[in-house]
Amino acid sequence: MAEAVHGAHAHHFDDAVQQREAATLGMWIFLVTEVMFFGGLFTAYVTYRALYPDAFAHASHHLDVVLGTFNTAVLITSSLTMALAVYAAQVGRRGRLVACLCLTALLGATFLVVKVFEYAEKFEHHLVPGPAFSWPETAEAPNVQLFYSLYFAMTGLHALHMVIGLGILTWLILGARRGRFGPAYATPVEVSGLYWHFVDIVWIFLFPLLYLIGRH
Amino acid sequence: MESARRVDYLNVDYGVRSWLLTTDHKRIALLYLVSITIMFMIGGLSAVAIRLELLTPAGDLLQADNYNKLFTMHGVVMVFFFLIPSIPAVLGNFLLPLMIGARDVAFPRLNLLSWYVFVTGGLVTLFGMITGGADTGWTFYTPYSTAAATTKVIPVALGVFINGFSSILTGLNFIVTIHTLRAPGLRWFRLPLFVWTHYATSIIFILGTPVIAITLALVGLERGFHIGIFDPALGGDPVLFQHLFWFYSHPAVYIMILPSMGVISELVTCFARKKLYGYTVVAGASFAIAFLGFLVWGHHMFTSSQTILSGLIFSFLSMAVAIPSAVKVFNWTATLYRGSIAWSAPMLYALGFIGLFTIGGLTGIMLASTGLDVHVHDTYFIVAHFHYIMVGGAIMGYLGGLHYWWPKITGRMYPEPLARIAGLIVFLGFNLTFFPQFVLGYLGMPRRYHAYPEEFQVLNVFSTAGASVLGVGYLLPLLYFTWSLRYGERAPANPWGATGLEWQTSSPPPTENFAVTPVVTQDAYDYHEAAAPVSEVLVRG
Repeated sequence: MAEAVHGAHAHHFDDAVQQREAATLGMWIFLVTEVMFFGGLFTAYVTYRALYPDAFAHASHHLDVVLGTFNTAVLITSSLTMALAVYAAQVGRRGRLVACLCLTALLGATFLVVKVFEYAEKFEHHLVPGPAFSWPETAEAPNVQLFYSLYFAMTGLHALHMVIGLGILTWLILGARRGRFGPAYATPVEVSGLYWHFVDIVWIFLFPLLYLIGRH
Repeated sequence: MESARRVDYLNVDYGVRSWLLTTDHKRIALLYLVSITIMFMIGGLSAVAIRLELLTPAGDLLQADNYNKLFTMHGVVMVFFFLIPSIPAVLGNFLLPLMIGARDVAFPRLNLLSWYVFVTGGLVTLFGMITGGADTGWTFYTPYSTAAATTKVIPVALGVFINGFSSILTGLNFIVTIHTLRAPGLRWFRLPLFVWTHYATSIIFILGTPVIAITLALVGLERGFHIGIFDPALGGDPVLFQHLFWFYSHPAVYIMILPSMGVISELVTCFARKKLYGYTVVAGASFAIAFLGFLVWGHHMFTSSQTILSGLIFSFLSMAVAIPSAVKVFNWTATLYRGSIAWSAPMLYALGFIGLFTIGGLTGIMLASTGLDVHVHDTYFIVAHFHYIMVGGAIMGYLGGLHYWWPKITGRMYPEPLARIAGLIVFLGFNLTFFPQFVLGYLGMPRRYHAYPEEFQVLNVFSTAGASVLGVGYLLPLLYFTWSLRYGERAPANPWGATGLEWQTSSPPPTENFAVTPVVTQDAYDYHEAAAPVSEVLVRG
């Protein structure tokens, strides 16, 4: 969303304030489209959860709730460091900004590494949809496979957003080291923060839906 | 001539790079104009093949599977690559910043990106069509599209998926532009209706398009990797696909018609020399249509195992859309009443729109009633109905708008007498093509078959004859618009004596749109009885 060069505003805006308003509104609208994008998947999940509650409950027992909880904590912490980064940019503390952004990226990477281990475990246990999929109870096998189809589609799309987020963070870190951001121009950090929080919130919904419901 | 040397957005630079890397909304609009015209010709040629095959009852010109690929190509190209981007991406891109007195859209580089995304999507889809084509129809219904079809479903659907992001970027850009870049004094209720309808359209772009994107992505995953979401054999539910598909694809119809309605509001006021009757209500009706449009998708599924109760609810909501639509038609008519009407080419298209949209809308109410819909489901009645909206409505508005703003876009006048004749040919050809299809459908001729019983031939001959007339009607503007680029009379800044900020700058405008940012002190459509009738302003005709 950053159409501007540091310290000034692009030619078609009247001033930096107008430019900041446009960028922020643009990011919010983009996030609305993201809600609808994930919304299609959530609709599919809710529909099938209601149709096949038992198979979905059995299937979800094979997800690793410890790793899921750990990852949830990691992501929430990364949202905190991102919020601190935005504040550091607004008050113009360059060192702290770089540190917070690096910490956020590190936590995001941790999440993805844990996710890789979880995916690998599903491969080993033949829980990945496709020809190799196997489930002891053949009657509910198609519905369990459906659960895992949705699991991989939803967490995969979420992970893709995390990867894009890490790319944005890298770009922010490089800019922050050169002192591009400060009280006069913090918009890129702010709107990237919005994006990062959004990706976290998606996980806050995915975690209970996939890991927790029906578990006791 | 001094005016010949004036620097405008067209002659400021001539290199290929200056076009392909431009961030000027006006140049991007022209990039879109060329691309969607090519798409229109591809979609149009497949329609020609369809109509030729249907000239005779037997399947003689085409085999069934080739026919299936052709109507799929026609539908996919016309819906996703012509109708949806047509007015927003060409006229909207060009005019929106001009109408609100801005120098550009809020995110010029995203605007250029949207064109590249559009071209990429178009090329991927065309690649699929050239290397074998898809035969699913433009609706990609599962499980046929994911399990049974042996054709190139993935590239065709992937192109549509990619193209969706160009719609999203355009919608996002328009909303932010309208919110943040209005000229001083341009309050919300002074905006032209064209801007209001584009705002409503953009809402559908950003809320609907992501849903079709994720749905087609799931179709691709299911077809490519056997991840079963919709295929019953893999545990899925094909009706869920229909819900998700129509959640976007019904509102998509309003993406096509709302911008056209915006154009009509501009044309009717200008060529009747009247203020728009009930401005606020017409503006609100755009949003009512956009809002209700999201709640009616189930009327495509009256025969798809929906419960009677949900069928009735969807039926009721679908009929409710008729209210804001009728409000618009009545208000345009009231605007015409006692107006000083000029029968210029854009106005002919506007009047054609009002009549044809009314027929399309009224048959829509018929189709919203569950009983009748079951009778005519998947017949030519449906085909006729939606062509009255999409061709009779959306394309009439697009052509009317193209004529009206052609002097502003190119700095040249088109030949008015020829344009009036072309407009009449389009109107006659359109009705001759599609009215017989209402009758055919009501008599029971199903859509999507390359052969039909002999009793339907007479009406099909009418329809094919009409399509030929319509084809001439579409070719004429293509020819005289091209001709006018070189030989057309030079256009003054405001050839129609119209209100609206876009007419206050020169034709064609300079790159920065306005030498001085305009200050708005009047409401939209501030036409006075005392102002010169448009026929005097018109030099030609």
